[in-house]
Amino acid sequence: MIFDLSNPSDLMAALGPDLLLMGGAMVLLLWGAWKKESDAHQRAVGKGALLLCVAVIGLCIYYMTQRFTSTHGVIAVDGFRWAADILFLLATIGTIALSLDYNGREGIHTPESHVLLLFATSGMMMLAAARDLMIVFLGIELMSIAVYVLAGLNRRSERAAEGALKYFLLGAFSTGFLLYGIALVYGATGATNLSVIGARIQQLHLISSPMLIIGIALLLIGFGFKVAAAPFHMWAPDVYEGAPTPVTAYMAAAVKAAAFAAFLRIWLEAFPGVAALWHGPVWWLAVATMVVGNLVALAQRNIKRMLAYSSIAHAGYLLVAVVIGNAAATSAFMFYLLAYTIATFGAFAVIVALGERGENRMEIDDYAGLWSVHPWISAAMAVFMLALLGFPIFGGMGFFAKWYILQEALRADAPQTILAVILVLTSVISAGYYLYVVMVMFMKPRPVNVDTNTVIGGWTKGVIAVAAILILAFGVYPNPIVEWTRANRATKPPVAPGLPSGSLAATIPAP
Amino acid sequence: MKDFLMSIGYNNWVLPALLIIPVVGAAGLLALGSGKGRNEADTSKTARYLAFTVFMVEFLVSIGLWWSFDPASRGWQAPIDAAWIPSWGIRFTLGVDGIALMMVLLTTFIMPLTVLGGWTSVKTKVHTYLALLLILTTGMLGVFLARDLFLFYVMWEVMLVPMYFIIGIWGGERRIYASLKFFIYTMLPSLLMLVAIIYLGVKAGSGGIPNFSYDNLLHNTSLSHSAALWLFSAFFLAFAVKVPMFPFHTWLPDAHVEAPTAGSVILAGIMLKMGTFGFLRFALPLFPDAAMNPTVRAIIVTLAVIGIIYGALVAMVQPDFKKLVAYSSVSHLGFVMLGIFALTLQSVQGALMIMINHGISTGALFLLIGMIYERKHSRMIASYGGIARVVPMFAALLTFVSLSSIGLPGTNGFVGEFLVLIGSFKQFPVLATIAATGVIFAAAYLLWAIQRVLFNPLDKKENEHIPDLNWREIGLLVPFIIVIIWLGVYPAPVLRRMETSAQMVVDHVTAGSAPRVVTTEGTK
Repeated sequence: MIFDLSNPSDLMAALGPDLLLMGGAMVLLLWGAWKKESDAHQRAVGKGALLLCVAVIGLCIYYMTQRFTSTHGVIAVDGFRWAADILFLLATIGTIALSLDYNGREGIHTPESHVLLLFATSGMMMLAAARDLMIVFLGIELMSIAVYVLAGLNRRSERAAEGALKYFLLGAFSTGFLLYGIALVYGATGATNLSVIGARIQQLHLISSPMLIIGIALLLIGFGFKVAAAPFHMWAPDVYEGAPTPVTAYMAAAVKAAAFAAFLRIWLEAFPGVAALWHGPVWWLAVATMVVGNLVALAQRNIKRMLAYSSIAHAGYLLVAVVIGNAAATSAFMFYLLAYTIATFGAFAVIVALGERGENRMEIDDYAGLWSVHPWISAAMAVFMLALLGFPIFGGMGFFAKWYILQEALRADAPQTILAVILVLTSVISAGYYLYVVMVMFMKPRPVNVDTNTVIGGWTKGVIAVAAILILAFGVYPNPIVEWTRANRATKPPVAPGLPSGSLAATIPAP
Repeated sequence: MKDFLMSIGYNNWVLPALLIIPVVGAAGLLALGSGKGRNEADTSKTARYLAFTVFMVEFLVSIGLWWSFDPASRGWQAPIDAAWIPSWGIRFTLGVDGIALMMVLLTTFIMPLTVLGGWTSVKTKVHTYLALLLILTTGMLGVFLARDLFLFYVMWEVMLVPMYFIIGIWGGERRIYASLKFFIYTMLPSLLMLVAIIYLGVKAGSGGIPNFSYDNLLHNTSLSHSAALWLFSAFFLAFAVKVPMFPFHTWLPDAHVEAPTAGSVILAGIMLKMGTFGFLRFALPLFPDAAMNPTVRAIIVTLAVIGIIYGALVAMVQPDFKKLVAYSSVSHLGFVMLGIFALTLQSVQGALMIMINHGISTGALFLLIGMIYERKHSRMIASYGGIARVVPMFAALLTFVSLSSIGLPGTNGFVGEFLVLIGSFKQFPVLATIAATGVIFAAAYLLWAIQRVLFNPLDKKENEHIPDLNWREIGLLVPFIIVIIWLGVYPAPVLRRMETSAQMVVDHVTAGSAPRVVTTEGTK
C-alpha cells in the first residue's frame, strides 16, 4: 500500500504507531495522576507502559511486514523507520523494566517517570520518521525536554541535579546550533524537505555557497552534541553519572540511536551531493570520537562514567557508518545499534542490580571478587563487556556488529581502509577498560567486610538474562538480524513531484 | 582399521564431533557446578573425572584420523562444508591436511594429560577451570581445522578468553598483569589481521558477497604488490606475536611463568604452534610474493636466528626454572621459523617435527616443574640442589625429558633440529651455522640447570623430605616418554603423513613467488 501523504487520513495512518504511543501515554499520564504516589502505583503504571510499548512494537512489525510506502512528503515510510522504532521501543521496555525495581529502591514514587519515557520515545520515533528538517527539530525537542526532566528525576541527589542542569544548558545550546543550521540551509535552498534540499543543491550548484556550508557545519555541530561526538562530548560523563541508572542506559542507547538515525537520514538524503564538503569533517569527527572516547575511558574508576566514555567511543564507530554513507551502511548501522543497545542495557542492568540506595557502590573496584558471590551475574557482565569490546563468540553479537561496519567500510566504492584500521586499533585500547571490569570481578579477591546479601529484583534479573541470551544466541547465528537489517535499509526518497516551492506548507494541505 | 573407520562413516562426522564434544563437556561441567547443595570437594572430584573422561573420548575420536588419513592425497580430508552466514559469504568449512593432522593429534594427546597434571594443584572452582580447558580445546582445534578465514579468525580469538581466565584466576602472584599482557599482545595484531581478512574476502568476492574460503583465496586473488605486502604484514604481526618471534616475545615469559601448570603446558605445547602453523597455512601460501621478497625474508630469518641465540642466552641466566623453560621456547621456535622461511622440503618438515617435539618435551618439562613446585612451592633453581637422592624417580624423568629437549640423538628433539639445519643450510649457510650454535647453548642451559637442581650436594635441610612422584604423576609422564623415544627412533610414519602437505606448501609458495619476478624483469 502507498500512503498519499497529502491526504490527511493517509498521513494519520502513516503515523499509526506514533499516534498509538502518544495517545496511550496521555491515558497513562491521567492514570498516574489519579491515585496518590506510592511504590505500588508506580509499578502499576510502569507495567501499563510496558504493555503499551509491546503493543506499539506489534503495530510497527505489522507496518514493516506490510511493506508500506508513501508518496513524497514530510515523513518517511520505510523499513529503516520501523526498525529504528522497534529498537527505541525495546530500549524503552528495558528502561521501564529496570526502573520498576530501581525506583522502588531509590524512593522515586512518581509514576510520571514512566510516562516521560514514553514521551521521549515518541520524540525518537518522530526523528526516525522525519524527512523534513522541521520534523527533525520537533522530534529532537520532544525527546530532549522529556530526557532533561528524567535526568534530574532523583531530586534528592546533588549529582543528579548538577547533571540535569548541565544537560539542560548544553542541550539547549546545541539545539540553538541545530536550529540556526536549519535556518541557514533553508536560506540557501529554500526548502526544509530533505529530498528537495538534495535536489536543489544539485540544481543550483550550491557546493560553494557559504550559507549552505555554514548551515551544514552548524547542523553537524548540533548533531555532534546530541550523539556526544568528540569534541562535543563534555556533557555526557557528568550527565550519565548523575542520572538515575536506568535513565543513563536509556540515554546511552536510545537517545543516541535516535539522534544518529536522524543524522544518518539527513546526511544520506539531503547532502549526498555535497559529500566533498562534509566527508573530511565527519571523517575527523569519527577518528577524534573513537580516540578520545577510548583513551579517556581508560582513566575512569566509576563504572557509569566509564560506560559514558565507552558510549562516546561507540558513537565514533557509528560515525564510521555515516562516513561510508551508502544504503548498505545503514544496515550495518542498524545492526551495530541493536548489538550495542542490548549489551549496554545488560551492563546497566548489572549496575542497577549491584547498586545500593543513593547510587552508592558505583566504583568498578566495588565489584571485586563478585564472581564468588554472584557467578551468573558476573558471567553475564563479562559477556556484555566482551560484546562492547567486539569479541567473537564470548562477546557474541558485538563482534558481528564490528565486523559488519568493517566489512562495509572496506566494501564501499571508496574503501575506508585507514578508518577501518583506526577502528580496530582504538578497539584494542577499549580492551584496557572493558577487561578491567572483568578482571576485577573474576581475579580480585572479595573484600571481607562487604555485605553481600543484596536482593536483586526480578525485573532486573530478567533484563540481564534476556540481554545475555540475545547477545550469545545472535553471536553464533546472526542470520535473522543480518537479513532483517538488510531488508530494512533507508530507502531512497520518492521523487518530489515537480519540486514544490516550500516544503512543509506545500505537502500539508491547508485545513 | 581404515576399513572399520570408513564403515562407520568416520570422515563425515569426525571433525565437527571434535569441536562439539568439548563444548558439550564444558556445558555439563558448568551445570554440575551450579547445582546447589553439594559440597565443593565432591563437585570438584566429579568434575575432574568427568573432564578427564571427556578429554579421553576426544582423544579416542581423534586418533582414528591417524589411520583414516591418506598420506598421498593432495586434497582436504574428512571435509565439511555448510552454510553459516550466506549473505556475508561465510561458510563453516573444516578439513585436515598432513600438517593439521599432526597438530590435532598433538592437542588431543596433551589435553588429557594436563588435566591429570593439575589434578591436585588446582583447588578452587575446579569445574569452571576444567570447563575453560574444554572450551580452549575447541578453539585450538578449530584453528587447525578451519578452511574459511572467518571461521579461522573466530577460533583464533576463542582461544584467547579461556586462557586469559586460566592465567588470571589460577595463576601465580603476578597473574593479573601477565594475563592482561597476554590478552592485549595477542589481540592487537589479531585485529589488524581481521582487517586484512575482510579486505581479502571483499576483494575475492563476487556479486557483492565476499568470499572467505581458503581454497578460493589461495588461487583467485590478484593483489597489487604493495597491498600484498601490507596484508602480509598484518598476518605476520598476528602470527609473530603468537610464535613468539624476537622482539615480540616479551609477553611469553610472564604468561608462561604466571600460568598454572596446565596453562603453561598448553601455551608452550600447543598455542605457540598456532603462530608457526599460521605462517605455513596462511601467511606464506596467501602472499607468496610478499613473504618471499628477499628483503622481507632476510629480515624474518635474521629475527629467527636472533631469537634462537637470544632465547638460549637469556635462558642460561634465569634463576627461575620455569622462566628458563619459557625462554627456551623462544629459542626452539626460532628454529621452526628458520625452517619455514628456508622453504625447502627438509626444512619445512623439520620445522613441523620441532613443533611436535617442542610440544611434547616442553609440555613434559612444565609438568615436571609443576610437580616439584606443588611439593616445595618454589621455582627457584637455587632453592634446590642435590635432590636426586631424595626424589630419584623425578630426577630420572627430568633428566630424560631435558635430554630430549636438548636434542640428543635417539630422542625426538634431534630429528627436527637436524632436518631444519640441513634444510636451511642450502639457503642460508651463514645463518644456519649461527643457528647451529643454539643447539650447543641449549645443552648448556638445561644441563647446567639440571646439575644445580638435581646433582649438586644436598645442602638444604628442608629438601631432605620431599616426597617422590606418585603413581598418577608417573603414569601421566609415561605417554610422554613413549612418544619421545618413538619419534626419536622411528619418526618415518609421522614424516610420511606430513610430506605431501609440506611439499604442497613449498611448491605453492615457490610457484607463487617466482613468476612475479619474471614479469617485473620483463617489463623493465
